Amino acid sequence: MRNTRLAPYLLIAPSLLFLAVLFLVPLVQTVALAFQADGPGGAAWSTANFARMAGDLNFADAIINTFEIVVIVVPLQLCLALGMAMMLRHVQRGRDIVLWIWSIPLGISDLAAGLVWLAILTDQGYLNTVLNWLGVVKGPQSWLSYETPIALLAAIVVAEAWRATAIVLVILVAGVQLVPKEYGEAADVFGATPWQRFTKIMLPLLKPSIQTALILRTVLAFEMFAIVLSLGGRNFPVLVSEAFTWQYANQNFGVAAAYAVVVMVISLAATLVYLLALRTPPEQR
Amino acid sequence: MTRPGLRGLSAALLGATLLLAPPRAHAEDMVFVSTQMRPIEEAQKVRDTILKDAPAPVAYVTEDPPALPVRVKAEMQGGKHTISLIGALHGELQPLATMGALMTLDDLAARLKERGIPDEVMKLGQFGTGHQMYIPWMQATYLMVANRQALPYLPAGADINALTYDQLQAWAAAIQEKTGKRMLGFPAGPKGLMHRFFEGFLYPSYTGGVVVPFRSDDAEKMWTAFAGLWKTVNPNSTSYNFMQEPLLAGDVWIGFDHVARVLDALRQKPDDFVAFPAPAGPKGRGYMPVLAGLAVAKGAPDANGAMALIDYLAKPETQITTARAVGFFPVVKATLPPDLDPGLKLAVAAIAATGGAKDALPSLLPIGLGQKGGEFDKVFMDTFQLVVLRGQKPRAVLDRQGQEMQRILTETGAPCWAPDPPSQGACQVK
Repeated sequence: MRNTRLAPYLLIAPSLLFLAVLFLVPLVQTVALAFQADGPGGAAWSTANFARMAGDLNFADAIINTFEIVVIVVPLQLCLALGMAMMLRHVQRGRDIVLWIWSIPLGISDLAAGLVWLAILTDQGYLNTVLNWLGVVKGPQSWLSYETPIALLAAIVVAEAWRATAIVLVILVAGVQLVPKEYGEAADVFGATPWQRFTKIMLPLLKPSIQTALILRTVLAFEMFAIVLSLGGRNFPVLVSEAFTWQYANQNFGVAAAYAVVVMVISLAATLVYLLALRTPPEQR
Repeated sequence: MTRPGLRGLSAALLGATLLLAPPRAHAEDMVFVSTQMRPIEEAQKVRDTILKDAPAPVAYVTEDPPALPVRVKAEMQGGKHTISLIGALHGELQPLATMGALMTLDDLAARLKERGIPDEVMKLGQFGTGHQMYIPWMQATYLMVANRQALPYLPAGADINALTYDQLQAWAAAIQEKTGKRMLGFPAGPKGLMHRFFEGFLYPSYTGGVVVPFRSDDAEKMWTAFAGLWKTVNPNSTSYNFMQEPLLAGDVWIGFDHVARVLDALRQKPDDFVAFPAPAGPKGRGYMPVLAGLAVAKGAPDANGAMALIDYLAKPETQITTARAVGFFPVVKATLPPDLDPGLKLAVAAIAATGGAKDALPSLLPIGLGQKGGEFDKVFMDTFQLVVLRGQKPRAVLDRQGQEMQRILTETGAPCWAPDPPSQGACQVK
């Protein structure tokens, strides 16, 4: 009897241990590292790393750039994915193939995606080749330099949208499949327009899926790195790329850890906001 | 610890030592420890190619740079010497000389004079002591590479091997005017070596130093001038990591980078490119030699053998073999064989022209900063970003960054290195 009561805990123990060792321990260490600085008598608790981070010339840019991307990309991806999921409902034949093609970017690593877009947008890239052939531009046109911040931002938004819309789509498609057809048919009977059916029935029923997708996507967007690094490099600092620079180029692990803590706090705050804002009351579950 | 435990530990240590022992290192062979050419393929090339005709059998052993002083110190204190010859970068040999672990090599230096090692380079091996502490072994440095299409735009009367920064600007401006494109490039990308350009080239050329005159009036003028030069620079430079790529792609016609990062361009299209020394400023032709030297350990088991091996390694033929095998270039006067890879030939000639220039002003890699080296580099890159890319006035930026630099030097206690005058204690920003 006692054995069966213990069994579930024994079975989940390895995964708990795994997470604790490989996630909680480094997390605590990172936070400790961020709040320690070398003093005259060895390492001491201090906020010096945060002061250096905040005083750095790239800090404000990194914050602004990161939020700029999140604010533009996440809603854009949500709208795109919603539209795609709705269209997919009306596809009868070849639905799987469409879904499969749409989710190809999911299988590509961040860095590979960044390099693909770099090949397109670089001075001698495909975009310039096509534009040149069409006679729109003469000779190579820079899109990714510090002199063209808007084009650079647009490029990163497009690349991010291309790469990560699929994850939102997959979550929403799963959610859409759970919505019973009867609700829509009932609304039809009462004369609801397609837009009304979408906003009054589909959206509220999709709320749990949207919540999941938004949390996942927003947290990942705050952590974006490889695409920005390959397209923007030094010209477009974001929080994670700054953490990387402090860790590897500047070799100051304390400031790198401070950046990591900032990213974590922002991600947690965003998750909390979504959990509260998109809460589904218990009676609707 | 109990006795069996101790025995077990020593057995394990012995086992580990046996496993880690370099192949074919016989007890009687002279030990040559090097911090350079550490990767297995390179080390094997050293053993099979460079040391093939050495006067006596050599055990070539590699050591990580931070481990070298530890090992040398341990041998000194233990009184049991195994190392005879040490090969390392200038900055890695300096602490050994300070420690008193190196033999003076004045006689050998005099004997090798005829090999044609440039005087300023030879002198670096004295660390300002008046005695030769190491013999220069091989070098690399940073070069300018230009596409031949750019040559017609050279300003009248300019000698490509003796350019000034003003002439470089006029050259790039002429290209921009005629082609409408900015064809000068620098490796200012996230993984580029742009900081070395400031530390080893621009600062010495304009101010005669690096740290001491960091915020001087000369430095202020320099940054203003460089911001002017930057108007002719391809804006994608902030993404370039290895200049050989934009040079080969034709995105830039004139580029500056470490020889190892332009060598592919020279090797692939030797007929399309020329290589030449970096420009000179008011205080001379600042350049950063990446200089490796050979030193003999005090108390070496085979000091004479070590000196004979230095003699061998400093022979023109051996130096050329070294250049071919590992891409480090001769420090001695070497006649290049006609069958040398033409790209390599371009690089060798440009490096020789850099070190042999009349106004050459060698400026060393930062010494003694340890892990703070990255933050030291950041001072230069931040100043660059603020003054050149964001257009701030140099004076205020230099004052702020100068404080940051002083903090790093004070924390590490690093004394000044050439071309700054030697200092007692930590180097001070004036």
